[in-house]
Amino acid sequence: MDFTLSKKHEMARTLFKEFAEKEVKPLAIEVDETEEFPRATVEKMAKAGFMGIPIPKEYGGQGCDVLTYVMCVEELAKVCGTTAVIVSAHTSLCCDPILTYGTEEQKQKYLPDLASGRKIGAFGLTEPGAGTDAQGQQTKAVLDGDEWVLNGSKIFITNGKEADVYVIFAITGMVEKRGKMAKEISAFIVEKGTPGFSFGTKEKKMGIRGSSTYELIFTDCRIPKENMLGQQGKGFGIAMHTLDGGRIGIAAQALGIGEGALERTIAYVKERKQFGRAIGAFQNTQFQIADMATKAQAAQFLVYKAALTKDQYTKDHKTSYNVEAAMAKLYAAEMAMEVTTKAVQLHGGYGYTREYEVERMMRDAKITEIYEGTSEVQRMVISGSLLK
Amino acid sequence: MKIVVCIKQVPDTKGGVKFNPDGTLDRAAMMTIMNPDDKAGLEAALRLKDQYGAEVTVITMGLPKAEDVLREAMAMGADKGILVTDRVLGGADTWATSQTLAGAIRNLDYDLIITGRQAIDGDTAQVGPQISEHLGIPVISYAQKIEIDGDSVIVERQYDDRYHVLKAKMPCLITALAELNEPRYMTPGGIFDACDAEITVWGRANLVDVEDSNLGLKGSPTQIAKASDKVRKGAGEKVNLDVTESVDYIVGKLKDRHVI
Repeated sequence: MDFTLSKKHEMARTLFKEFAEKEVKPLAIEVDETEEFPRATVEKMAKAGFMGIPIPKEYGGQGCDVLTYVMCVEELAKVCGTTAVIVSAHTSLCCDPILTYGTEEQKQKYLPDLASGRKIGAFGLTEPGAGTDAQGQQTKAVLDGDEWVLNGSKIFITNGKEADVYVIFAITGMVEKRGKMAKEISAFIVEKGTPGFSFGTKEKKMGIRGSSTYELIFTDCRIPKENMLGQQGKGFGIAMHTLDGGRIGIAAQALGIGEGALERTIAYVKERKQFGRAIGAFQNTQFQIADMATKAQAAQFLVYKAALTKDQYTKDHKTSYNVEAAMAKLYAAEMAMEVTTKAVQLHGGYGYTREYEVERMMRDAKITEIYEGTSEVQRMVISGSLLK
Repeated sequence: MKIVVCIKQVPDTKGGVKFNPDGTLDRAAMMTIMNPDDKAGLEAALRLKDQYGAEVTVITMGLPKAEDVLREAMAMGADKGILVTDRVLGGADTWATSQTLAGAIRNLDYDLIITGRQAIDGDTAQVGPQISEHLGIPVISYAQKIEIDGDSVIVERQYDDRYHVLKAKMPCLITALAELNEPRYMTPGGIFDACDAEITVWGRANLVDVEDSNLGLKGSPTQIAKASDKVRKGAGEKVNLDVTESVDYIVGKLKDRHVI
């Protein structure tokens, strides 16, 4: 067992850090204030290859591993939670299921544009009545000749209006399961611009305010039969498996937010003077910083471990990574919330103002405990694997 | 088209500067980056590659760890990397460095050689033009724009208040300014490939048509008498005065020192 990063990963981190500092950090306050999607930054990330890091080269990606992708999301999140989730949702929730479940034709058709960042991806599972209870879906797809006809709506969709390619889940029938009738869910690839596919309201959020969170509406939206992703009726499994991967991305986002808040706090407590001393000279501050740093480090180990386990899965599909992903997300999200809250406290009144970025980081951190499976869902996954 | 880009690993000015007892820089002990002018030269080469198609070879002379700067260049898009490293080459000034690089480049086919204008550690701006002199090819320095026209290059050479447009037949050498362009980032996939790639390592034995007397510290006409880090300034003097008194105070100080 070795905790040192390889030369490749060291260089990749240098790249992500430099990019985040130069291209993302200067815009973070503005993105939060204006709630505008940072399109120009996404174009720069596309040029630098950030939109297809774990996608194989044969499909136009960078051909790197999950750990490299995770480090990218982490470094972006240190300076801007919005930018980090754009990459995470695009990569984990759209590119990944197409790569994992797509036919060769689907992969050839969609992945090169997605992996190069010419197109942006999104994922639609959540509905007004179906959050944690994903089986509560109402959106329906009915086969009519060579087309599926979609009706229904999806909410809280990250990259909502800015995306071009969407992985959407819908009920395609009823099946008998253990003597009861249950919904049969299937996955589909839907392109922006398809007649009958429109956007509803934009969510006004507490944090990650530039990430374009929209409602998607399908009204007699006809998509080609060949756009079904995976087999008919396998949609629920596809959604759950995709979210297992997505959780590693969100765990990395949470990790970065926590680390970013810690970095700023360390700098601040060395500078800020009260009672004639830097506040970092007080033992209370020192102990808080020690706890924050220890938890951030523990979160990093869990997140990297989950990334490495998913890499193992890429090589050998017998490996599972759902528990590692759940632990990473649970811990990193709660660490992010705790560390950013302490960061605001240590910044005092300044920390409560929008000028000091820990305020934004605390708002951004909260969502990591909620989306792509709440902390409670992660606990269910973890305990479920232990108490089988 | 074949392009050779000379790059140098230089101390990162954000880190501290350390010296050897002989006054030369202790490069092994310092944080390093790719010299900014060289990075612009590399970017210019990569743009020519994108536009016209080219093979870009990066070459550097330095310690074994200078390999890092070659991998960085390859992660940006350079095709090959050559590291010239040998104990006998250590302590080289611009003369010995240009002799070394010219001796290495004589092994290569090239249409164009691009170097940075100058390195942020030595700030001499001599190595590029000296290489061209050793190789007997034309040089255009301070390039702010580069275009290819058949078998020639057309270059805008920057001056203080104007620029000159020069045309030279290839092969030739161009020295690039950091202002020439905004260098691209490495790509994650480029990093993975660059780390797996083979770097060619050459020593003294690989240098063509170079005398020993022109290499390393012994072959360097420049002798460093003394070197030091930037001297830290004192804390200065702080006074608390109102506006009128402040003006009088400052004017008084300037008069005392015969500045005004």
